[in-house]
Amino acid sequence: MSGSYAPLLILFGVSILNAVGIAVATHIVNPRRPTPQKDMPYESGMIPLGDTRERFSVKFYMVAISFIVFDLETIFLVPWAVGMRGLGWGGFVAMSLFVVVLTLGLVYEWKKGGLEWD
Amino acid sequence: MDMLQPISGVPALVAMVGKVLAVFTATMLVVAYTTLAERKISAWIQDRSGPNRVGPWGLLQPIADGIKNFLKEETMPATANRFWFVAGPMLSITPALVTIAVVPFAAPLPTPWGVVDMIVADIPIGILYILALSSLGVYGLVLSGWSSNNKYAFLGGLRASAQMVSYEVALGLSLVSVLMLAGNVTLTQVVWQQQEMGFWFAFPLSLGFILFLISAFAETNRLPFDMPEAESELVTGYHTEYSSMKFSMFFIAEYSHMLTASALMATLFFGGWDLPGAWDNAFWHEGMLIAGFDAAGAPILAQPAWWKTLLTLAGFGLKTVFFLFLYIWVRWTLPRFRYDQVMSLGWKVMLPTALAYVMVVSATVLVLDLLEVSYGFTFGLVLTLVSGLCTVAFLFFLDSDRIISGASVPYRQDRPVRMPVTQVDAGAPGLSGD
Repeated sequence: MSGSYAPLLILFGVSILNAVGIAVATHIVNPRRPTPQKDMPYESGMIPLGDTRERFSVKFYMVAISFIVFDLETIFLVPWAVGMRGLGWGGFVAMSLFVVVLTLGLVYEWKKGGLEWD
Repeated sequence: MDMLQPISGVPALVAMVGKVLAVFTATMLVVAYTTLAERKISAWIQDRSGPNRVGPWGLLQPIADGIKNFLKEETMPATANRFWFVAGPMLSITPALVTIAVVPFAAPLPTPWGVVDMIVADIPIGILYILALSSLGVYGLVLSGWSSNNKYAFLGGLRASAQMVSYEVALGLSLVSVLMLAGNVTLTQVVWQQQEMGFWFAFPLSLGFILFLISAFAETNRLPFDMPEAESELVTGYHTEYSSMKFSMFFIAEYSHMLTASALMATLFFGGWDLPGAWDNAFWHEGMLIAGFDAAGAPILAQPAWWKTLLTLAGFGLKTVFFLFLYIWVRWTLPRFRYDQVMSLGWKVMLPTALAYVMVVSATVLVLDLLEVSYGFTFGLVLTLVSGLCTVAFLFFLDSDRIISGASVPYRQDRPVRMPVTQVDAGAPGLSGD
């Protein structure tokens, strides 16, 4: 039987309370004796050179963009998968077209070097 | 007959709260003892003793670790973004602990007040809820990596986000093949369809299981995919700056992700709480708890019993523990990937394979429907054969080493050009030829 969402709310409440509780409790309980060295970011014992918030490789953005395309594709596949046996061959042909178009996109990205990491 | 009604009213409320608290406590306990198991098993694999000083066989070690972490000083870099630095571990641990709610863990339990489903929340969106929450976990990692203002942590957070989104696509696609056979996204239905077919989906969907297994390892950032926290490159990655219980929160999050992934593998591909044989089958069908349909299509009522619930709970526990063991076993067996190998495996192997496999499974199911093979043993057998062929082809292809280059020199670049013998320095350690 499909139940309600109420137990999820309780579980969310318990989990959030647990997380906040741990953070607050440790903040109260444990000692805090800062020194300038201790407050430095740990970069293998080196004094950090420059700030972290700089530009970083564009490849991570590429992955994010590809992810959006293919994750959406997955979500479009889910309703079809659930109703696949009812939809029959018509649904299969329609979905094949959709998958072929996206595969062409993947092939294009691959050939353009969008998936290379070197 | 009135015994077989679903529980309602005040007893239902009590059962609901009880199940929430029981599952939450069980998760925390399993997580605590998985950390001990990991240390014990790694000791066993490396032929040493492991923790054995706190309590008998070191059984109180997780408690000692917890107390130690609680009392340790918390550090925070002066240049860190204070709000997100504190919020990061919380954002990481909360989704990790709630994902398990939609996994059924035993056969329905009959009580004097009605039948209690052994699942925290049997919500109609089931698998979609898991997909949504597993992608929420990445926020905690990337925000804590960014807010630390530490270059290692930042790179770890970036790697975590890129790796997790890459494998989430393959994870979702491998789930699509399960949904085709289940015809629904609730996990109770997935378990029921495996009972109906008489096959655990690991057999008719073997390639789907392999893809899910690989993606689950990548999603939980476990070896061989632990690039976000690769010690030899990034100190400990996104949680480099965290100490005390904030570090423990990342630890708990990672292990409860492992637990959820193990429980999901058991549920989606190994029948969940289902044990071999039809004696434990139970499913709510139009208000009746049924065990199956007879030849005429009339429902057969299920016979729930407390011992069936206990046995199936033990079965589910065993399957989950096996996959937790597999996680640890793999960690001490396989070396870590290089990051470009991780990304090319995700995009160039997993994604196309998963897409092709979805189409193969759907075509097979539609052909079987066309031949009017009814959903059952023969149906499963044909799918097992087709998937087995796909799996063999996939493993053969992976083994051929064409996509994921093995060495730092791009594979086979030196092959087409035959070097003249005179140019080869005999004394140099050669990259030429292999």
